[in-house]
Amino acid sequence: MDIINSISTQLISGNDKDVASDTKKALDSGISAETILNDGLIMGMNIIGDRFRDHEVFLPDVLMAAKAMYAGMELIKPILIKSGISSRGKIVIGTIQGDLHDIGKNLVGIMLKGAGYEVIDLGHDVSPEKFVEVAKETGATIIGMSALLTTTMANMKEVVKILKNENLDGKIRTIIGGAPVSDQYASDIGVDKYSFDAGNAVDIVKELMA
Amino acid sequence: MMKTLMERLRSREILISDGAIGSILLSRGLPKAQCPESYNISHTDVLTDIAKEYLEAGAEIIQTNTFGASPLKLKDYSLDEKTDSINRSAVQAVRNAVDDKAYISGSCGPSGKMLKPYGDIEPEEMYESFHRQITSLISAGVDIICIETMTDINEALSAIKAAKSISSTIPVMATMTFDPTPRGFFTIMGTDIPTAVKMLSDSGADVIGSNCGNGIENMIKIAADIKAETEIPVIIQSNAGLPELKDEKIIYSETPEFMAEKAVELAELDVSIIGGCCGTTPAHIKAIRNKIDSLT
Ligand code: B1M
Repeated sequence: MDIINSISTQLISGNDKDVASDTKKALDSGISAETILNDGLIMGMNIIGDRFRDHEVFLPDVLMAAKAMYAGMELIKPILIKSGISSRGKIVIGTIQGDLHDIGKNLVGIMLKGAGYEVIDLGHDVSPEKFVEVAKETGATIIGMSALLTTTMANMKEVVKILKNENLDGKIRTIIGGAPVSDQYASDIGVDKYSFDAGNAVDIVKELMA
Repeated sequence: MMKTLMERLRSREILISDGAIGSILLSRGLPKAQCPESYNISHTDVLTDIAKEYLEAGAEIIQTNTFGASPLKLKDYSLDEKTDSINRSAVQAVRNAVDDKAYISGSCGPSGKMLKPYGDIEPEEMYESFHRQITSLISAGVDIICIETMTDINEALSAIKAAKSISSTIPVMATMTFDPTPRGFFTIMGTDIPTAVKMLSDSGADVIGSNCGNGIENMIKIAADIKAETEIPVIIQSNAGLPELKDEKIIYSETPEFMAEKAVELAELDVSIIGGCCGTTPAHIKAIRNKIDSLT
């Protein structure tokens, strides 16, 4: 597992090239993409997040770590997405208005694609209106929203409101995720489901589409 | 003809500047997703009214509504082509209210983009953006340029350099936003106060200081730390506390009376310009004005 430790250490130091080469090495040695993701990349990101919270490091360090995270994710993405040809349903995803954090949301997108769903990714800082508009246009039956800030999570409620106003609740279902949100919050704002991580997002989508 | 702002600062007067604009605009109908600076053109009268209220409250330095009016920032709303008219109408809006009864300060906030390697902006592009905005502000007749709420020292220096290259006579204020940490105050990008003060003053800033990010009690500590490093006049524009979410509304808890009481400590620290940032209102500025006046 040394190589996994090295991935998270290099990620913490923001060395995107080393994260990429270690990720390649780990894949070549037969370590699963899930292990690399959870025990290497996400582990490193959590550590940098804690250090940022405790003011031991500053934004530049977090930005460099995020770049390194993407360097690793790029390599495992094709493996996580394996199939993806037959579409099992359409989902619109995005990070809510005011919020630029997109790493978690992108992972959710990758896992959903891997499970055979068609994912329409609206990116970050997505307005509530846009979520609904695109879902209607594309015929998507689920809107998945991500929020990482306590100040932006409230914007997700707007999507629920718009769906209600347009009599679309029940027809277009909603899922939310991201560190500050919870099961409780989802039910408080009238969202259908909360999901705690990217793997779980696939289970929830399956459940809602069943 | 009134004395210039720098003359008054040199005679060690304490000047009062204004408070928040953005939150007032929201309460007067600015839609949440709309560019606040677009109001400079479409609702010039609203900005004139706000400037009047701050003038009546006793502010002698009134800021233009141009915090986000650099082309790099306006691009987020596809308004970068309008940089010149947005900045000019902001100056005009304040001019309509204050005539020559107050100094007009041209606000220049962060670009919202990050320089390489953290973001993808080249230093030249950043400089060019500030240069365009500040050119408009200066030619529209502001008395001072206020580069504010910076967290990246290199971005602040880029804006100061742009201002100084456009005019050798217009004074420049530069403020940064610091967060409290167990190791003292740092910007989110990791610059501490001694480094910030040294780099800002070396670059030719005429007034330096801090705004936003803190309530007034932390601002007093920041002011003391800045004062310990420099003889240059200091500006402090404090939030009315930190934003809190209550019943889906953002509120700031520090009252005008509380901030005015605490502003006395800023005066004792020999801070030259005292004003407000997020959450402050004309009522806060009025209370601070009265309190400071009562000291002399
Ligand atoms: C639709 O269905 C679903 C289902 C599941 C879903 C889902 C949707 N979305 C997520 N999930 C779930 O599945 C994912 C995979 O398992 C998980 O996603 P996560 O996103 O949780 O996990 C990712 C895989 C890894 N985690 C991350 O990517 C986030 C890591 C941390 C360190 C983080 C990062 C990287 C960044 N940040 Co920021 N950042 C922090 C984060 C601290 C932390 N430990 O979380 C956090 C979130 N940031 C914070 C802050 C304050 C900020 N950040 C900011 C900026 C940034 C960067 C740009 C530097 C960078 C983002 C880069 C990018 N492209 O995303 C600023 C805000 C910018 C903005 N407007 O959004 C800024 C305001 C900093 C500042 N003062 O300027 C804090 C938020 C505090 C709060 N609760 O409000 C923070 C917790 C750090 C801290 N400890 O203080 C699950 O939550």
